[in-house]
Amino acid sequence: MTEPLLDVDSLEVRFWTRRGTVYAVNGISFSLNAGETLGIVGESGCGKSVTALALMGILPRAGRVTAGTASYGGRDLYTQSEAEWQRFRGKEIAMIFQDPMTSLNPVLTVGSQLREAIEAHLDVSKKEASDRVVELLDRVGIPQARARAKDYPHQFSGGMRQRAMIAIALACEPKVIIADEPTTALDVTIQAQILDLLRDLVDERGTALILITHDLGVVAGMCERVQVMYAGTVVETGDAVPIFASPRHPYTLGLLQSVPRLDTGRRQALHPIEGAPPNMLTEPVSCPFAPRCRYAQEDCLASVPLLRSIGEQQAACFHPAPSDEWARTRLQGVA
Amino acid sequence: MGVVEIEAQQVSLETTPGGLRHEAFHRLIRNPGAIAGAVIVTAFVIVALFAPLLAPYSPTAINLELVSDGCCPGPSWEHPMGVDDLGRDELSRVIYGARYSLLIGIVSVTVGLTAGLILGSTAGYFGRLDNLIMRIVDVMLAIPGFLMAIGIAALMGPGLLSVMIAIGIVNIPIFTRLMRGSILGQKENDYVLAARAVGVPNRKVLVNHILPNAISPVIVAGTLALATAIIDAAGLGFLGLGPQEPSTPEWGTMLTDAVRYLQTAPFLAFFPGLAIVIVVMGFNLIGDGLREALDPKLRGRA
Repeated sequence: MTEPLLDVDSLEVRFWTRRGTVYAVNGISFSLNAGETLGIVGESGCGKSVTALALMGILPRAGRVTAGTASYGGRDLYTQSEAEWQRFRGKEIAMIFQDPMTSLNPVLTVGSQLREAIEAHLDVSKKEASDRVVELLDRVGIPQARARAKDYPHQFSGGMRQRAMIAIALACEPKVIIADEPTTALDVTIQAQILDLLRDLVDERGTALILITHDLGVVAGMCERVQVMYAGTVVETGDAVPIFASPRHPYTLGLLQSVPRLDTGRRQALHPIEGAPPNMLTEPVSCPFAPRCRYAQEDCLASVPLLRSIGEQQAACFHPAPSDEWARTRLQGVA
Repeated sequence: MGVVEIEAQQVSLETTPGGLRHEAFHRLIRNPGAIAGAVIVTAFVIVALFAPLLAPYSPTAINLELVSDGCCPGPSWEHPMGVDDLGRDELSRVIYGARYSLLIGIVSVTVGLTAGLILGSTAGYFGRLDNLIMRIVDVMLAIPGFLMAIGIAALMGPGLLSVMIAIGIVNIPIFTRLMRGSILGQKENDYVLAARAVGVPNRKVLVNHILPNAISPVIVAGTLALATAIIDAAGLGFLGLGPQEPSTPEWGTMLTDAVRYLQTAPFLAFFPGLAIVIVVMGFNLIGDGLREALDPKLRGRA
């Protein structure tokens, strides 16, 4: 196996707020190979987006990486100077944000924002930059790209804005794109178009993709590998197929069971995960999911479980769910 | 035709061409108050610029014959606003006075705005010295503005330059605070994060992304500050801290001189006073119009 492109090791992020220290990311490790697609799944506040911001070096001022390392192509990200970060962002890893309505500057034309991304890293003439703007907008499926480049963001629809954001992310041909809930703010029909576009683009360029989402369906359709996060830790990770076929961490199982399905009866009750996510103001000393877990036993409260191989995937759990549990409950629903 | 193309067509039908500034301009010219303000201010600027062509007499030409029968002959055909105690034509003096008011307004607001922009950006965007700058600003704001202007002007010695600098300094904390607040508000926006995420350098993020969005309230405040500056300048002139040369036709100084003749020649105070009121009202009307036109809540709507 070749050296991974991006290697994150025991990364920890803390936020210092008025209410106390927030333990946002608690020692997560993962790696990403060139051209691979990785899905990061989890509910709001589990540290998915914070991980992404930490990898881009754009955490809010209150937050800081307190431990762990992230290396990209062999270089340590957190020893970089601000100038090195600036050369890194967009050129090596680019990011697509959740809400295309707010991530384009309302007072600048779409074309000028795209040009800015190009000029941040590539030494090109004005003419070449303009041509590249049109070429990129055209590639992401904006009709009459040359004319639309002169438009302001409010003259674009939500789907078109997200296409423009994708064009900006692609501007300098980064090797990794982090897409943070790229379709959450869009209509379902547009979602599918955007995801198709994203998949086509990363396929044709061999770009690695980290897709952050809470939508399990999106991950199942797009990603080779999945990583489920809960309360700032990775609770289950592995290839997408075995995880969706036989989730072993009770949280992953709960997530899958809580999704409404078309093939079950309409009266079939949904299965929410009882309880609420843990308070992130204390450092975890036990399994963070234990209070909500139906498989929890006493030892779950004694120490934090570490990732270990369970079945074909890895899960951080002392008492994983039976391997056939998901298959069994799914069939029950249909019957 | 693909979905995107249909969508694109609909979107282009729904919105007006041009940018948000364009829309703001359209909202501005539909506001009668702002139009009135613009007319007044334009007239004021024209009068100030072309004073030598418009004034029937020299503002400093003394004609004691006119006041030989006592002070002071009221408005007449030759002197529509009357003459002052030295027989100088009041109309010409009011016209030349516009130059001083315009100069004082522009210079003092520029001083306050420039310093406020730099200090506010440093405090708000770079976060360096934030506490230090803001505490100094708090102290400055705790002193009543006009009192501080009097103090500064008195320290520097009376004169036109002192008045302009004094009023400019009084404006600094106001603009600093406004600028910092506005930048802090914009800084957390997603587009700032998005710009940083593609590797746009910090300075460029501030200049290209944050300032154009943060500047609207400052433009409004700047226009309103022009009005206040003119009033303050007149106030300082009235207190004798303005231009010391008695022949200077500054409106505030003219008011001081008119006080002695308030009983016999009230028009000497009335006309410069009226000029101040009209010009200040003009700037206020424009300022309010701009505030409405640039309101972010109305953004994107026609």
